[in-house]
Amino acid sequence: MTPVLLLSGLRKAYPVPRPRGGLRQLFRRPPPSRLLAVDGVDLSVMPGEAVGLVGESGCGKSTLARLASRLVEADGGSILLDGVAVQDIPAARFATSAARRDVQMVFQDPTESLNPRFSVFEAIADPLRQLQPDLPAAAIRARVQEAAAEVGLPPEFFPRYPHQLSGGQKARVGIARAMAPRPKLLVLDEPTSALDVSVQAVVLKLLMALRRRAGVALLFVSHDLNVVRLLCDRIAVMYLGQIVETGPAEQVFRTPSHPYTAALLSAIPRLPGAPRPPLQRLEGEPRSPVDPDPHACRLHGRCPREQPRCATEAPELRDIAAGQQARCHFPLG
Amino acid sequence: MQDLGVEFRTRSGIVHALQGVSFDIAPGEILGIVGESGSGKSVTAYSLLGLLDAAARITGGRAMFGGRDLLRLSEAALNELRGREISIVFQNPRTALNPIRSAGQQIADVLARHDPAPPAEIRRRTLAAMRQLRIPDPERRSRAYPFELSGGMCQRIGIAMALACAPRLLVADEPTTGLDVTTQAVIMDLVRDAVRGRGVAAILITHDLALASEYCDRIVVMHAGHVVEDAPVGALFARPAHPYTARLLASVPSAVASIDALEPIEGALPDLRRDDLPFCRFAERCGRRAPVCDSAPLRLDALAPGHRVACRRPL
Repeated sequence: MTPVLLLSGLRKAYPVPRPRGGLRQLFRRPPPSRLLAVDGVDLSVMPGEAVGLVGESGCGKSTLARLASRLVEADGGSILLDGVAVQDIPAARFATSAARRDVQMVFQDPTESLNPRFSVFEAIADPLRQLQPDLPAAAIRARVQEAAAEVGLPPEFFPRYPHQLSGGQKARVGIARAMAPRPKLLVLDEPTSALDVSVQAVVLKLLMALRRRAGVALLFVSHDLNVVRLLCDRIAVMYLGQIVETGPAEQVFRTPSHPYTAALLSAIPRLPGAPRPPLQRLEGEPRSPVDPDPHACRLHGRCPREQPRCATEAPELRDIAAGQQARCHFPLG
Repeated sequence: MQDLGVEFRTRSGIVHALQGVSFDIAPGEILGIVGESGSGKSVTAYSLLGLLDAAARITGGRAMFGGRDLLRLSEAALNELRGREISIVFQNPRTALNPIRSAGQQIADVLARHDPAPPAEIRRRTLAAMRQLRIPDPERRSRAYPFELSGGMCQRIGIAMALACAPRLLVADEPTTGLDVTTQAVIMDLVRDAVRGRGVAAILITHDLALASEYCDRIVVMHAGHVVEDAPVGALFARPAHPYTARLLASVPSAVASIDALEPIEGALPDLRRDDLPFCRFAERCGRRAPVCDSAPLRLDALAPGHRVACRRPL
C-alpha cells in the first residue's frame, strides 16, 4: 500500500543573526548560525491511519506539520503525497494541483484561524473555490452541505459569522473547511489545545467519527499525550528537531524506550487511580536548537541515563521492538 | 470566603459573575479551584486580593483573613497585606514580570517594600529566595531580564517573588498553563514543597482536573459563577456528587480507555447577563433536572464530613 504521506530526510533551518563580534569579525565573517527546526525527519502516514506527533514547544512539530502541507518550504528531503513527489513542484502550481486537495490543514486556535468577515458558508466554500475554480456553484453548495453535515453543523449556521459561534462550533467550521475538498490526509496542528475539556471531547469524538466514516488519515500534532493515545494508532515523539521515538501508540505509552518519552509520560498529571509510570523529572532546559553539536545526543545534559558516549556520538534511530524505534544508545527496558 | 457575589457592568448588561461563593482553607492546605473558562475561578482569586477590574462590583460576602474582612479593607491596608501576607502568582509569567527590570531587582523590590533592610541584606535574601526555587546559578540569573529567560524560568522568578516575604496565603492562578508538561511537573513540585515546608495555605486555580488531583488536598468545582461541589480529592474522584463534576470527569482524556468512552457535556454555559438565570445554573444542561431543582435557591449542603454539594438531586 502506498502511504498517503511519506517524508524522508526532511530538513528546515532558519538563519539567526550571530551576536556581534569584535574587530576580527570585520575581516573574517563567520557563516551565519542556523536554527535547526526540523533536522532529517522520516515519517509516513498510511491511508486511514492516525499518526500523533508529540513534543514540547520549540521541538519543531508545528514546523513539520507545515512542511508536510507545504505551507512552509523545506530546505531538503522529499515529500511524497500518495506516491507523488511534490517537493519540487513550484508553489504556484502546487496551490491549484490535485495533490493540494489531498492534504488539508486544521489550525490551532479556531477563533484566530477563521476570517471574521466570512460567514460559515463562505469559510467552508472558500478552499473549494480556490482549489477547484471550475466547480459550478451548485456543486460547491452541495459540497459545503456535505462537509457541514459530516461535522454536525446544521444549515441554520451557514449565514452566521465567527463571533456568533461558540468555541466548539468554530472548531467544527475549521474541520468542515478542511474536509470540504475531500482530502486523504488532515494535518491538525494542536486543534484542541485552546478548548475546554468538555468541548475538546466533542472535537475528538468528531475526528474519530470522520476517520471511521470518511477513512481520512490524520497527522495529529499535539503536546497532550493522553489525547494522542486515544485518537492515534502510531505516535512519533520529537525533541529538538528530531524524532526520538516512534511506535504503536499503546506500546510507546506502556513501554517507552527513550528516556525523553519516559520523562514526558511521567510528567503528565493523572487522575487518582490511573496507572502511574515511575517518577522521572528532567533537569534543566532543552539545549538551544541553534547550531547543535552534531556529535552529541540532543538530550545530553538533561538525561537521567546518560553516559560519556552520549557526549561524543549522536545516536541514530534504531529498532527496539516490533514497530518501535528510538534514538538512544541506552534505551529503557 | 463566605457568600461572595460579584457583578460586572458591561455595555451589554450586568454580568452576574459570582454568586454565593463559599469555601475555606486551612494553614498548610492546598486548595484547588477547578472549572472551565468563564466559571469565575480567576474572578474569585482577584476578589481576594482586591484586584478586580473597575467595572466590577462586590454585591456581598465576606473574606475573612486573620480576623479581617479582605473585601472591606482600604487600598492602603491591602497594600500592606499584598506581597507580604497574601501573594499571587499570575498565569503568564512573561507579562506579569516587568520587562525593564532584572529578575533579581524585581524580587528585591518586594523585599524592600515590606521589610526594609540594608542593600547587602536584601541581596542575600533575594538570592536565598531564588535558591529556594532551585534556580541554577542565581547570581547570574538575578541580573537577567525576563526576555533573556525561558518561560519556565520566568515563572520560577514569579513564584520566588510571591514567596519572598513568606506569605500565609499563596494564590496561584493557572501558574503552569502555557508551559510544557515537563516544566509544569518540575514547577508544581517546587510549589508544593515550598508550601508544605512552611505551612503556607495555597489556592491553585486551574482548568486541569488531573493537575489539581495530583497537587491539592481539596478541590472546589465551579460552574458559571457557583461553587457546585467542594470535597477532599479522594472523595471527589471516587464519588462525585454533582452531575457537573461527574460529567467533567467523563470528558477528561486521561480518565477513559477509549474515545468512545469520552462523554462531552451538551450545551454551553448560560449567558450570565440573563436576568432569568435558573437557581441552579447547570439545570439547563443537566440530565437529572426535575421540578424540585427550580423550587428555591441552592445551598452547599454537607453530604459527608468535608464534602459539600449544591444540588437538589445529587448522585
